[in-house]
Amino acid sequence: MTISREDIEKVAVLARIRVDDEQVSALEKDLGNILDLVDQLGAADTDSVEPMAHPLNAVQRLRADEVTETNQREAFQAIAPATENGLYLVPRVIE
Amino acid sequence: MHNKSVAELSRDLDSGQVSSVELTQEFLDRIKREDSKYNSFITVTEEQALADARVADEQRAAGNATPWTGVPFAHKDIFCTNGVRTTCGSKMLENFVPPYDATVTANFREAGAVCLGKTNMDEFAMGSSNENSYFGAVTNPWGLSQGNKRVPGGSSGGSAAAVAARLIPAATATDTGGSIRQPAALCGVTGLKPTYGRVSRYGMIAFASSLDQGGTMARTAEDNALMLNVMAGFDPKDSTSIDREVPDYTATLNEPLKGLRIGLPREYFSDQLSPAMEQQVRNAVKEYEKLGATVKEVSLPNAKLAIAAYYVIAPAEASANLSRFDGVRYGYRCEDPKDLMDLYTRSRAEGFGEEVKRRILVGTYALSAGYFDAYYLKAQKVRRLIQQDFINAFKEVDVLMSPTTPSPAFIQGEKTSDPVTMYLEDVFTIAINLAGVPAMSVPAGFVDGLPVGLQIIGDYFSEARLLNAAHQFQQVTDWHQREPQ
Repeated sequence: MTISREDIEKVAVLARIRVDDEQVSALEKDLGNILDLVDQLGAADTDSVEPMAHPLNAVQRLRADEVTETNQREAFQAIAPATENGLYLVPRVIE
Repeated sequence: MHNKSVAELSRDLDSGQVSSVELTQEFLDRIKREDSKYNSFITVTEEQALADARVADEQRAAGNATPWTGVPFAHKDIFCTNGVRTTCGSKMLENFVPPYDATVTANFREAGAVCLGKTNMDEFAMGSSNENSYFGAVTNPWGLSQGNKRVPGGSSGGSAAAVAARLIPAATATDTGGSIRQPAALCGVTGLKPTYGRVSRYGMIAFASSLDQGGTMARTAEDNALMLNVMAGFDPKDSTSIDREVPDYTATLNEPLKGLRIGLPREYFSDQLSPAMEQQVRNAVKEYEKLGATVKEVSLPNAKLAIAAYYVIAPAEASANLSRFDGVRYGYRCEDPKDLMDLYTRSRAEGFGEEVKRRILVGTYALSAGYFDAYYLKAQKVRRLIQQDFINAFKEVDVLMSPTTPSPAFIQGEKTSDPVTMYLEDVFTIAINLAGVPAMSVPAGFVDGLPVGLQIIGDYFSEARLLNAAHQFQQVTDWHQREPQ
């Protein structure tokens, strides 16, 4: 299975990772090799097999709808790159 | 002192032969003196450790001791430690100081154990050689006397190297595709990956959530049992944690092995395995026969598909988990972002290393429109076939035994040019994570002066039996006591 330059550029946008032009060739080769490895899966007959999501078939537990967490805004924002008045700062998104 | 096990140190503390402050200082001194050779620690928490040791000594004096009170150990730098930076081996988290403890961290704190620091690892636990750490590669203590810098394995390479070099008697670790067992094998220490859901993943930085499992690393099986006693148990904060009684894992270590049924999966004794490695593993199995076990060949016919299934499932889950690193709430942020998209894409491009980015991209591709069924769903179906192989095998035998790795520790740089070459390092360990069953690696000999690991695989929740089997083996062998020169 080969992966094209266009595929890599598209996936990089989806993954929100900047990929420079000079990195694309190396990624084409490395991702192509990984997908070749993965293509072995095609050989398996899985027609009547249920996909497996959890080894013990456990399902999500539901908890009572009660407030259990305390507000720790200051502790959480103390480790943020940029905050102001209790808000996280990002570049302007609305002109 | 530094050659003693956790169990022995615990007894010495109990009898008053040594204080926790003395012990802690001795191990801190060893780390300071020796770790420049190995780079096994990312952070050493000297002041905090000595303060904790003083509290531990008071608790012992007051008669409030657990077996762990005052015993030094270290955490893999993937477990969040309140107030102590937790990097996960990444530039992304170089300055991240968690405002909370992982459940595993809290459990050791509660037990009175003294954490000396955070051990090095492959970035976000992705790797089999510890060469993917932003904080530099770890060197295996074995092989240095031959003049070679060899890898300790990964991703828990720092924990394995630190335990092997006697810088610490025990360390926590995690295993998504072999990250406890492979480094334990390559460094000649004993490691256990428990059943999926046995140990809480809360506060353990996520890589692939349906595979990740925290576990133990020490020199003896008995110490692994002491660690698991502290770590195992239901945690409402982890939605995949299993609510099931935790036995005292030390209570059954001395059960006789007479009648133990051992299965040898023929797929794990294939031509990928060097004859010298195979000889060591077969010798170990003979020791078990002398202890009264019976041996038969079994088959895991779908095991050959494990690496392929893993390299869809793990990257797919990683791509979702690592989307949280956005440069906004915590972690690395690029300089002068020109807009929000630039902030995201550059923070992630600069903050993540090459292997992490490769896996995020592969995972994003496998989950993207048009490919989801062909990759992710197909891999989950193959995963069930692999699980069924194990379920069938455990109808016939109690444990499976195999080599942990196809070869001993390789030289740094040898396998870094092609990611797939590195992925094949986990050929004998990955299927176990897909099935979710527990497995150990136990020192079982040497090839060319380098340690060989015996992998012992058990049915779901059979950790006590695995530890018992490993402990009995360690009563009649001394591979686990050998010290790197």
